[in-house]
Amino acid sequence: MKLRYFAWVRERIGKPEEEIDPPAGVATIAELVTWLSQRGEEYAHAFENPRVIRAAIDRAHVRSDAAISGAREIAFFPPMTGG
Amino acid sequence: MAATVRLQREPFDAASETEKLRRGRSDIGAVVTFTGICRGDEAGAPLLAMTLEHYPDMAEAEIARHVAAAERRWPLLGVAVVHRYGRLQPGEDIVLVVTAAAHRQDAFAAAEFLMDYLKTRAPFWKQIELAGGGRTDKLWVEAKRSDDALADRWTPSSGRRAAE
Repeated sequence: MKLRYFAWVRERIGKPEEEIDPPAGVATIAELVTWLSQRGEEYAHAFENPRVIRAAIDRAHVRSDAAISGAREIAFFPPMTGG
Repeated sequence: MAATVRLQREPFDAASETEKLRRGRSDIGAVVTFTGICRGDEAGAPLLAMTLEHYPDMAEAEIARHVAAAERRWPLLGVAVVHRYGRLQPGEDIVLVVTAAAHRQDAFAAAEFLMDYLKTRAPFWKQIELAGGGRTDKLWVEAKRSDDALADRWTPSSGRRAAE
């Protein structure tokens, strides 16, 4: 599945997107954040406060308990400041 | 109902968007036009510029969802939302919301509803460049709790009180 990062999440991780293949035990957004945090310091830094991280699956907002199976694109970003 | 949702880098023309909504209609009795503008300061510090990053594929869909929600709540006869992205300077327009209805209460309420949701759920992120002292760092603007509170008032039971 494709992961996309925006704003300071993107800056901390160091890339705007990547393809990943999480193991079967990673079933929700929260578990995906935990799994990503272990991939390296830049990920740990980006996700150091998970409560501040927002997520979207296939371009729609989801909560941290949302299931990720079947997702084509998952995005992580800080709280939005549009308008 | 005619609805325009557009993202663009270039400035928009509020009068032209409004005219398009009104053209040829005799059922519209109220048009509300809101323009969000880049101010010259952020939390008291003078601004050189503001850059809006966005999630292109999601932003249009999310705004369209907000517009559809507004249509379900109020008897609207037209809506236009135009949101810019990219690097803007103080004084430049950021966002336009136009709502049309037979009566003013619906047009006002829908415009406020759309702006409250745009502030909290549309995937845009602002970065600012502050004036003075050779600083070249861009700072990310933090989302405001007051914006979340404004958006929440449109949902009578948001479910957050369940644990209390």
